[in-house]
Amino acid sequence: MSTTTVTERVDRLDRMWTARPGLLGWLTTTDHKRIGLLYFWTTLVFFGAGGVEALTMRTQLIEPNSHLVGPELYNQLFTVHGMTMIFWFIIPMTTGAFGNYLVPLMVGARDLAFPRLNALSFWIFVASGIFLYIGLFSGFGPDAGWFDYVPLASKLYDPGRNIEFYTLAVIFNGMSSTLTAANLIVTILKLRAPGMSFNRMPLFCFAFLAASLGLLFALPSLTADTIFLYLDRNVGTHFFDPSHGGSTLLWQHLFWFFGHPEVYILIVPAFGIATEIIPAFTQRKMIAFPLVAIAELLVVFIGFGVWAHHMFATGIPTTTLIFFAGATAMVVIPSTIQVFAWSTSILVGRPQFKTPLLFIVGFIFMFVVGGLTGIMFLAIPFDQQTTDTYFVIAHFHYIIFGAAVFPIFGGMYYWFPKVTGKLYFELPGQISFWILMVGTNLLFFPMHIVGLLGMPRRVYTYPANMGWGSYNLAETIGGYITGIGILVLFANLVVSYFRGAPAGPDPWHGPTLEWSIPSPPPEYNFAVLPVVSSPYPNWDHDDRELDGRRLEAGEGLLDQGHQQRVSALIDGWRVGIADMPHSSPWPIVSAFVLTLMFTVLVVEKFVVAAFLAIVLLATFLGWHSKEPQEH
Amino acid sequence: MKQSGDRIRGARLAVLGGGVVFVLAGCGNGQNTLQPKSPQAGSIATLWWIMLGVSTFGLAVIVGMLVVSWFKRGGVGRERPATITVLVLGIATPILVIAALFSYSDIFLIRGTSAPPPTSLVAKRALDITVIGHQFWWEVHYPKGKVVTANEIHIPVRTPVVVSVTSRDVIHSFWVPELNRKMDLEPGRTNQVEIYASKVGKYRGQCAEFCGLQHAHMAFYVFADPPPVFARWLKREAKPATRTLPLFQSTCSNCHAIQGTPANAHVGPDLTHVGSRTTIAAGTLTNTLANMEQWIAHPQEVKPGNQMPDLKLTGAQVHELAAYLESLK
Repeated sequence: MSTTTVTERVDRLDRMWTARPGLLGWLTTTDHKRIGLLYFWTTLVFFGAGGVEALTMRTQLIEPNSHLVGPELYNQLFTVHGMTMIFWFIIPMTTGAFGNYLVPLMVGARDLAFPRLNALSFWIFVASGIFLYIGLFSGFGPDAGWFDYVPLASKLYDPGRNIEFYTLAVIFNGMSSTLTAANLIVTILKLRAPGMSFNRMPLFCFAFLAASLGLLFALPSLTADTIFLYLDRNVGTHFFDPSHGGSTLLWQHLFWFFGHPEVYILIVPAFGIATEIIPAFTQRKMIAFPLVAIAELLVVFIGFGVWAHHMFATGIPTTTLIFFAGATAMVVIPSTIQVFAWSTSILVGRPQFKTPLLFIVGFIFMFVVGGLTGIMFLAIPFDQQTTDTYFVIAHFHYIIFGAAVFPIFGGMYYWFPKVTGKLYFELPGQISFWILMVGTNLLFFPMHIVGLLGMPRRVYTYPANMGWGSYNLAETIGGYITGIGILVLFANLVVSYFRGAPAGPDPWHGPTLEWSIPSPPPEYNFAVLPVVSSPYPNWDHDDRELDGRRLEAGEGLLDQGHQQRVSALIDGWRVGIADMPHSSPWPIVSAFVLTLMFTVLVVEKFVVAAFLAIVLLATFLGWHSKEPQEH
Repeated sequence: MKQSGDRIRGARLAVLGGGVVFVLAGCGNGQNTLQPKSPQAGSIATLWWIMLGVSTFGLAVIVGMLVVSWFKRGGVGRERPATITVLVLGIATPILVIAALFSYSDIFLIRGTSAPPPTSLVAKRALDITVIGHQFWWEVHYPKGKVVTANEIHIPVRTPVVVSVTSRDVIHSFWVPELNRKMDLEPGRTNQVEIYASKVGKYRGQCAEFCGLQHAHMAFYVFADPPPVFARWLKREAKPATRTLPLFQSTCSNCHAIQGTPANAHVGPDLTHVGSRTTIAAGTLTNTLANMEQWIAHPQEVKPGNQMPDLKLTGAQVHELAAYLESLK
């Protein structure tokens, strides 16, 4: 009797939430899981592009005086490589793919707070990436470095359209990141399950909250900066022109006011992934939970006060340098708290070194190496000696590849069973980890040495008698090994998708709510909205049995429409119910119009752009013509 | 038995560590931060070795924890000691270490590596020179006289030299690693950096801020000479050229200057004593007659994207110009 009603209830939810079939379903979807997967596949394409660029550069540098690529192409390669990996791989992979897919599942929600905005954000992201690569393939790839210093990037010294593809692509992409960040913040603050007060919120969500807040406050600075540059180049303003009272240092200040928080925005989500994998594979709660939660937020907050340490060699006054070195010293502490919290948690738990935890162990090692060289940069004279050399390249690749991408790989393995419903193959997984561990260290470690031996960054070639050749050869070999490791990793995931054993809902005995529902999750995520009493809700068996009883009793279902519960900010208790939009064609239409607008801006057709802005507003009206109700 | 095994392993580590030190410090390319030839660069190198030592220890603690968790057997550890570990190793220890590093480097050591204040005794006895950055070469001015040269800086040994740097176009960075830290060349601003050579020698420098297509080929040399040698060099540099070449006037004088001739443009390097320099095109080629011919005939092949155009000269013209320039000692 009761089983029938349970089946009926679940069927009813299924009917209400099932997406449109086929391609149209994907183009108009507002489901956070589908959008998360779309983000995942698209960012992987950009990751591949950035990787090809990196390997081309490494091949060029394999020996002194090489002529594989000329300076013109090389400058575009390192600029677009940096932009791609930061703006079109790591940010969309963490906030777009992982955040989108997992945050609603972890807080016990049915979707992100603004599903159509989420779709818009994805389509803008795709369009901005295509926009950038059209620039590169038409010979106008940005070529002044990813931090695009003026006056090198001004019209006088870079008269082509290259920098338009920089400024506009960055603004375009920033819109997408801003929307996703706002969406995640509201979701984490307002859609948490009953009982999920802040002290019971998973550390993963703290990390994504910190990263999203960082994006929201850092991006405006970059947007302003790039708009100023666009105006300087195309309208004749003089923001950055010293001969007319402008300042070249203004660009650097505005850029790094974004650029340093950006580094933490890139790695904090990875910290969040680590704090999920560690409890799952040690079967023990994280040590120093509140400290770690605060440290995740604090690292982004203090990260806003350290930007000028990228400018220690620009000749700004010594007092200023010392202030920023002091701030840089402060930002170390939240990081050391987390490093020791992760490692003691592994130490005092019962670690099972499966692939996801291996990647986290590798991540801790790489992060500590990159962190220690980072601390060295707070010693101003040493920074002034090594900045703009390969020592810096080594440092930030340990951070960005080691500390941001390793946990992303670990997370791919960890949540693979949840997303696909299949188990991955363990042995090839571990092999892929060891290949990557050897490859990345061989790739990046010698860069420290060659930097200390005087090799500046961003040189397309170097003389033979400098003693840099053998290190560069080793780095290039390391680069190819890294490439092989990545191929093994993805080959394993692809084969596992087709041949893997069924995973069941909870293969790892994971701590958080996503493991309490079937794999892959149904479209409505939770049949009964769960009640939470700790940060490890899936380990609270009484609570999860209660979910089952409530499903039988028909409580907490929200099956009267396409609905989502809205909760109070502090403690997660219910304040209302919102009707959620289902699918919508408007986001992709708006994104298309926006793309046309950015395209005509490349060639300075301002009148057409203004017309397209009006068309864009019209699409927003269409979007809002069918508005869901709030109860 | 186990102890002796540890000792052997320890000895191996020491040899390995020593090997790293040897490899790092052993590369004599004239541009090695770890072969300092001045007190300033020396203090930075010492700072590096101290930081490397402390960092290696810190890394060893973390790696030790990870290795122990890999091999350990048995149950779950207690919460309290673990939290205390986080507090002590994650907060207290780093605060102490970083405070020490901050005070040592950013309050004391930084004074020695910064340019001396204009009123100080060091500044008063220092030689002042000006370096102006161009895409992709260095213009060097000496005070009290008309000495202007390019890409090669001569300084007296064991004498403080205050270099005022600025740029005519984009941002460059002046960097002679063995003599001191780097300093950016910003258009519209003048920055100062002190260089000092404890030993007579030739030191390589290179542009360290990405400045465009030929950033890779924007090197220069600093020659630290005994003071009398330096004085003779300066005197010779101040002399104008004695011969004018009409072909130079018609082909090169729109961009280049040769003192003592009508050529007086300052777009490219001053060539009054180009024959006495050791390299051409900002450290790209050694200065020989054949290389000079190659550079004049195919500037865009030697250094693609540099500002010197290919003038489509005949072989005879190239030879005449090169021979003339090489005669300007």
